[in-house]
Amino acid sequence: MDIVYFAWVRERIGLPREVVETTAATVMDLVAELSAREERYAMAFSDISALRVALDQELSDFDAPLEGVREVAFFPPMTGG
Amino acid sequence: MRISVQDAPFDLGQESADFAAGHRDMGAIVTFTGIVRDLPDDPMEAMEIEHYPGMTEKAITQIAEQARARFSLGDVLVIHRFGKLVPGEMIMMVATAARHRKDAFEAATFLMDYLKSRAPFWKREISASGAAWVAATDEDEDALARW
Repeated sequence: MDIVYFAWVRERIGLPREVVETTAATVMDLVAELSAREERYAMAFSDISALRVALDQELSDFDAPLEGVREVAFFPPMTGG
Repeated sequence: MRISVQDAPFDLGQESADFAAGHRDMGAIVTFTGIVRDLPDDPMEAMEIEHYPGMTEKAITQIAEQARARFSLGDVLVIHRFGKLVPGEMIMMVATAARHRKDAFEAATFLMDYLKSRAPFWKREISASGAAWVAATDEDEDALARW
């Protein structure tokens, strides 16, 4: 599964994109799996309310299932316009 | 309908004229332009805009389609830049064409409210005191509730 990070999430984790082998059932499971890996992930995911997630480039929720999903993106609330 | 996500500057006059041309049945055109604003007490050297290639175009298209479904619109234009900009530069513009001004104004406001917090862009302000990501505000989110 491809995981992409933007803005300060990318800065905290230290990379823009990575490929992860996972059996996580939901976004929350994936977050728990990543957070357990290393401190920088735990830091980036410490406050889920400050994050947004997109599944295959559509905004989604942290309790959404990951079955069939190819790309997961984590980023802070958007500031367009 | 035209959506453009680009790093290059755009010509507001030319874009507005092109958009207005060929709409004989549209009595109202509203354009909004967003400009990089300097910080009052901490002069900004640059604003960096990051985006999510692929999702950005899809999200803006969905927002523009919602506007078309909701208001009586003849046409929609959205241009949004990314990359490094300096204060005074134009970041983005929207234009809406409708038979009557109410739809054109409301659709432009609707587009702006949604682009602000549902299009995947992130701004970073770089000044003498350092660099900081612009935080989304509660007002931005609240603005969506009225639609």
